[in-house]
Amino acid sequence: MKTFKMGGVHPEENKISNNAAIEIMPVPAQMVVLMNQHLGAPATPIVQKGDKVKVGQLIGEAQTFMCANVHSPVSGTVLKVDTCKDAFGLIKPAVYINVEGDEWMETIDRTPDIKRECNLEPKEIVAKLKEMGIVGLGGATFPAHIKYSIPEGKKAEYLIINAAECEPYLTSDYRVMLEHSEEICTGISILRKALGVPNAYIGIESNKPEAIRVMTDMARSFEGIIVEPLKVKYPQGAEKQLIQAVTGRRVPSGKLPIDVGCVVSNVGTTFAVYEAIQKNKPLIENILTVTGKRLPSQHNYIVRIGTTYNDIIRHSLGELPASTGKVISGGTMMGKAVANLDAPTVKGNASVLVMDENEARRNPETACIRCGKCMNACPMGLEPYLFSQLVKNNRTEEAKDHNILDCIECGCCFFSCPANKPLTDEIRLGKFRVRAMMAAKR
Amino acid sequence: MTQQILIAVLVLGVIGACFAVLLYFVAQKFKVVEDPLIDEVSEVLPGANCGGCGKAGCRAFAEACVSQGNLDGLRCAPGGDAVAKKIAELLGCVVEQGEPMVAVVRCRPSFTGDKKRSNYDGMHSCAFANSLYTGESGCPFGCLGCGDCVAACQFDAIHMDPETHTPVVDEEKCTACGACAKACPRRIIELRNKGRLNRRVYVSCINKEKGAQARKTCENACIGCGKCEKVCPFDAVHVTDNVAYIDHTKCKACRKCVTECPTGAIVDVNFPAPAKKAEPAALPPAAPGATIEINKPAPEPVAATQKVTINEQN
Repeated sequence: MKTFKMGGVHPEENKISNNAAIEIMPVPAQMVVLMNQHLGAPATPIVQKGDKVKVGQLIGEAQTFMCANVHSPVSGTVLKVDTCKDAFGLIKPAVYINVEGDEWMETIDRTPDIKRECNLEPKEIVAKLKEMGIVGLGGATFPAHIKYSIPEGKKAEYLIINAAECEPYLTSDYRVMLEHSEEICTGISILRKALGVPNAYIGIESNKPEAIRVMTDMARSFEGIIVEPLKVKYPQGAEKQLIQAVTGRRVPSGKLPIDVGCVVSNVGTTFAVYEAIQKNKPLIENILTVTGKRLPSQHNYIVRIGTTYNDIIRHSLGELPASTGKVISGGTMMGKAVANLDAPTVKGNASVLVMDENEARRNPETACIRCGKCMNACPMGLEPYLFSQLVKNNRTEEAKDHNILDCIECGCCFFSCPANKPLTDEIRLGKFRVRAMMAAKR
Repeated sequence: MTQQILIAVLVLGVIGACFAVLLYFVAQKFKVVEDPLIDEVSEVLPGANCGGCGKAGCRAFAEACVSQGNLDGLRCAPGGDAVAKKIAELLGCVVEQGEPMVAVVRCRPSFTGDKKRSNYDGMHSCAFANSLYTGESGCPFGCLGCGDCVAACQFDAIHMDPETHTPVVDEEKCTACGACAKACPRRIIELRNKGRLNRRVYVSCINKEKGAQARKTCENACIGCGKCEKVCPFDAVHVTDNVAYIDHTKCKACRKCVTECPTGAIVDVNFPAPAKKAEPAALPPAAPGATIEINKPAPEPVAATQKVTINEQN
């Protein structure tokens, strides 16, 4: 079975919400829509206090290159255009909407029929993705229209669909594959057309046999879609690792996947692409897992973007268990702990993971014994222990020379460290400093 | 046997002599003439290599002084006026007396310790915590409490208060080199004039949120109400971006703003303890080792005129 060559770990999978079908979460009474839901500059709000908005109406416009449109996830009246604290307590521009009814834009096709044919030209597809505010839903929230505009002089040869879902606990992609396989395959066909590539490969880890079966069956009725079962190894779903696993190509240091002729897209994104292109529906919903070992029930939900963490918890669990240590947005390996549960969810949020105090606690740090486990675990072939030293001693230049910027922050080094050193944290700080240093030099 | 020893000694001696001659000429040829003054100036400097002057170290500072010939724009903060005077003597120039400065921590978070809003267990570094989130207090501008400033201090002059998890500056030891101010990722620490009798007034908050929000974030936050701005007779206080700032070069420490401030964000330090009637029991206990006393409300109604008499007896 295919996989990437270097490093990798195998954390406990904990896919306990596997069998929970996707439910629709009710819309709360008030919504806060952040304008900064994607990688890049925040969108500019184009509504004012008192304006009436409908579901799917554009409320934040992308005015710079690295930006994505933001649409209203609800219908109602704009209360104010102000700032709001995001999940980490940082102040971001936001639009507050008082929810009134559920009136959708007339252009949005809400019928359950599945439309397979797409008559748009590649350029029109990309333009529509931009209009609908589609971003990559694999975690980085990279604006899709930038990803699918291939720079001149480069050519895409492979479209790789990331359905590995290698993060522990997360099951939203799995559920989407089971329940919306036809839509996903249509979305993939649209992206294939936009990029002009002959074949698209769906990489699925072999611990999801049901998804592999469903997708293989569905792919038969589509042209040029190949399902590629992958070995269960974290971080199988990281962009560069997935490219290596599927194509055998290696993205050189400092280069992008397109430099080796690959474009990687998350499976959730393909579903959003289908809805945007065929149904005119902007990205206003997230599919997200609510899970945790100690929780009485496990769920997968379709949630309107802007629903707060507290709303989600209240609806699914009633209230947080008293022993809760952390609420994590994302999986256990790369997810971030949420500091402010009153914060609205944003595009790309894949889970609300509730962890027990004992599970969430980090073990006390001890001294590095130079065992080299972090080096063996690193999927990028870096030396995390060395970065730890360099960062501690402020040797930023040297850290850069040792390619600290190649780190994908997958957390394998920290996971494998017997001394519990926060290696990933240190490397992130190092990357931050290197970037600051490079910006200062420029 | 003796012959062999003799030969060895002779051969090595001749080789040694040859190299000595060679090295002598090489040394003459590549001689670097260095001003002996640099050494003398280096001697005078504290030698902590703190980098507070902006140079790479004390030696680099000495070189800069000598090459410039005067002390314009050059100042050794840890050495202060005493060192500046000595260097000026060596260089034969005059030096203006600078105002003594001290590092000031402009944050008094109300939600720390037992009341903290979240629990941070990542890498023990303010710089990293700052890149992640707001910090345990929940204030996006406030102190993160991991002690990057403590690690940066070469003079053992700044310590974490175990109760409030904020740094406390030891005024005796602080040399105002500015290393802590540079280390703080949120720019909370500022160098300010030490003030007469070490008495000074400053705004202990840099929260730029709007009033109501700032108050929710922290009970001690500046809400930018502007009362201090209005009451200041010296035009020293200004509110920009919802936060007041006292210009320490203009402030005469009259403490009118301290009495006026509704949230207690303006702090006066080293003023004599308030009179008995001002409920001393309600005052927060001084942190161990700290010389800061937060006097609010002010002891006596301050005279309305600009002449403010400060009790000299201390």
